[in-house]
Amino acid sequence: MRAVDAVMECLKAEGVDVVFGLPGGANLPTYDAFYDAGIRHVLVRHEAGGGHAAEGYAKATGRVGVAFATSGPGATNLVTPITDAMMDSVPVVFVTGQVRTELLGTDGFQEADTIGITMPVVKHSYLIQHPLELPRVIHEAFHIARTGRPGPVLIDIPQDLSRADIPYEPCTEVTLPGYQPTIEGNHKQIRQAAKALAASRRPVIYAGGGVINANAAAELTELATADRFPVTCTLMGLGGFPAANPQWLGMLGMHGTRAANYAMDGADLICAIGARFDDRITGKLSEFAPHAKFIHIDIDPAEISKNVPAHIPIVGDAKRILPKLQSEYRALAADEARLDEWWKQIDAWREEYPLRYEDSSDSEIKPQFLIEALYEATGGEAIIVSDVGQHQMWTAQYYGFNRPRQWINSGGLGTMGFGLPAAMGAQVGCPDQLVCAISGDGSIQMNIQELATCAQNEIPVKVFIMNNGYLGMVRQWQELFWDHRYSHVDTGSFPDFVKLADAYGATGLRFEDKTSLVEDIRAAIATPGPVLVDVRVTREENTYPMIAPGHAARDMVG
Amino acid sequence: MGEPGTKELLSLEELNAAVGLRTGRKHVLSILVENKAGVLTRIAGLFARRGFNIETLTVGPTEDAEVSRVTLTVDGAVHPIDQVTKQLHKLVNVIKIRDLEPTGTVQRQLALFKVAAEGGARSELLELCRVFRGHVVDVTRRSVVVEISGSDDKIEAFEQVVRPYGLIEMMRTGEIAMSRGRGET
Repeated sequence: MRAVDAVMECLKAEGVDVVFGLPGGANLPTYDAFYDAGIRHVLVRHEAGGGHAAEGYAKATGRVGVAFATSGPGATNLVTPITDAMMDSVPVVFVTGQVRTELLGTDGFQEADTIGITMPVVKHSYLIQHPLELPRVIHEAFHIARTGRPGPVLIDIPQDLSRADIPYEPCTEVTLPGYQPTIEGNHKQIRQAAKALAASRRPVIYAGGGVINANAAAELTELATADRFPVTCTLMGLGGFPAANPQWLGMLGMHGTRAANYAMDGADLICAIGARFDDRITGKLSEFAPHAKFIHIDIDPAEISKNVPAHIPIVGDAKRILPKLQSEYRALAADEARLDEWWKQIDAWREEYPLRYEDSSDSEIKPQFLIEALYEATGGEAIIVSDVGQHQMWTAQYYGFNRPRQWINSGGLGTMGFGLPAAMGAQVGCPDQLVCAISGDGSIQMNIQELATCAQNEIPVKVFIMNNGYLGMVRQWQELFWDHRYSHVDTGSFPDFVKLADAYGATGLRFEDKTSLVEDIRAAIATPGPVLVDVRVTREENTYPMIAPGHAARDMVG
Repeated sequence: MGEPGTKELLSLEELNAAVGLRTGRKHVLSILVENKAGVLTRIAGLFARRGFNIETLTVGPTEDAEVSRVTLTVDGAVHPIDQVTKQLHKLVNVIKIRDLEPTGTVQRQLALFKVAAEGGARSELLELCRVFRGHVVDVTRRSVVVEISGSDDKIEAFEQVVRPYGLIEMMRTGEIAMSRGRGET
């Protein structure tokens, strides 16, 4: 059978039900194989859209996303989604075409050193050198992408090798001597952690995206409620602990709540789970959590003590470790009353500094109000996919996420243009759920071409553009830190998104009045097919509270 | 947004102070890797990204045809070498890493010296070569080529003594290192 047909068989053996991609010269054989492979293929309009769609699919479903592109520009267009997947630990397999082997290294038409270009941003990559490698490599790629700390794996297939006639025998077994992620946590360390938790008087659980990746949200709740441990999550961890739970402190970090940031600042013990002490969490590193000892649970040993030295490191899978930690903790029968003082303090912070904004006195829509209205209109049940900027932070703050994989965004890389294609991928992966994308007038334009993909394939995402006519987050920084010198941030509210949606074959709407906003959103959601809503919001609203760059959490402003 | 968000000018002195620190402790890393295309690039790229300067690098086959050994020496930087070894472990083709203790290992590198050798200088050079247990591997009317193997120190010492005679050219390999005793490196 042709090597590419073997590739299709391998994809099916891996349970792939959809591929996002765009054909070109170097992957013509692959696309010929798609013709009757029986695998759903969604034709995107730009490879970056395909890559982000595969990410959105992976984040929403927990399965490995797959994106295909051709050589040269097709592959280089994937660099941003690959980097994004690396930063946020998203399991995606990228398959690129490459020029024929005889042209490799000759600057052939549409030749790019895809392996070289992507090397720093992949979990692993393969340049196929012999067609017989293909089946093994496909299975290895899926194994590497989904296990350990998930991440992107790239396979580059020269055009001629993909046409080779090879014997194919199904075999999904993988042998990788240099790749053996640690799964079970060290038992002695777990017992140490339980003791530290029992001895602490001001503990905080700090959970990151690793909890979502590990499918350990339920285990986290069980650990946290084994006592009254206060819980905060990073931007990537939202939904890993229910926002409705009374032990929830709100999001942590630069635009997190004061209660969460102050609790970290005052804590005597921080239990980090699947989180990496990013600079957006710690603020000024030397003044971060000055009184705390750290338990650090992570599947990636390189994260332990990278930014903050861990006193009790535990390497392994949170889903395996948290139940053990919980039962060890319960066995210690710690005195619950020891946390009374701590909760009194936390409650005081919560009462004094709730998330708040000044609502408009007229019909103007405040961006925060839009998110509250969206929550109300969706009953808090929608999968929310965000782009990058102020709207992302407001959504993270004001839409209370109660379950994992309900919140999808680009955290580490901060990729504008992520939202629409990722929402598309999430919707394809979860056809029975409502998927809403929140974007900005800046971000949406960076991959708006995927509206055509949504229209053609009847992918019914509901997109809400928080339109303030600015690259809002940059404007905010220019206002606060660069003396109001607004340099090249005014987008002039171009284009007309309603007409644009219409041209793409989607429904275009414009909302400008807050009094009917909840009803209007309900109507938009009830409209079949993809809908793009231009929501005009206050132009110069700032995202608060905020840890100013280079400052400590206790110096939050706004 | 870049950090920090302040608009203060950053002086070049501050910038240099922030990037120029080195602890000076030399590390010899012995890395077993799968013998596959691109492995060396992945390793070298990782060092560059994490801000470590590779001083010497040797790659060669081992007793197992599917496995190669990379031996490299690096100057420990402000950040602990620990972070680099952990990142190296994440490379799928890397099988094993040892940060070798200098006292517990035998270290060797090979050097070739081409030295001007006319008249009386020649016999002096041959005597030095004998003292350093080197070999003369090429002789012409006007020059000799000497092969020396040994530790860093020994090779540097030889370089010092022959330099005055007219060092035309010197070449050095990277270091290889093997643990002492019965156990595997």
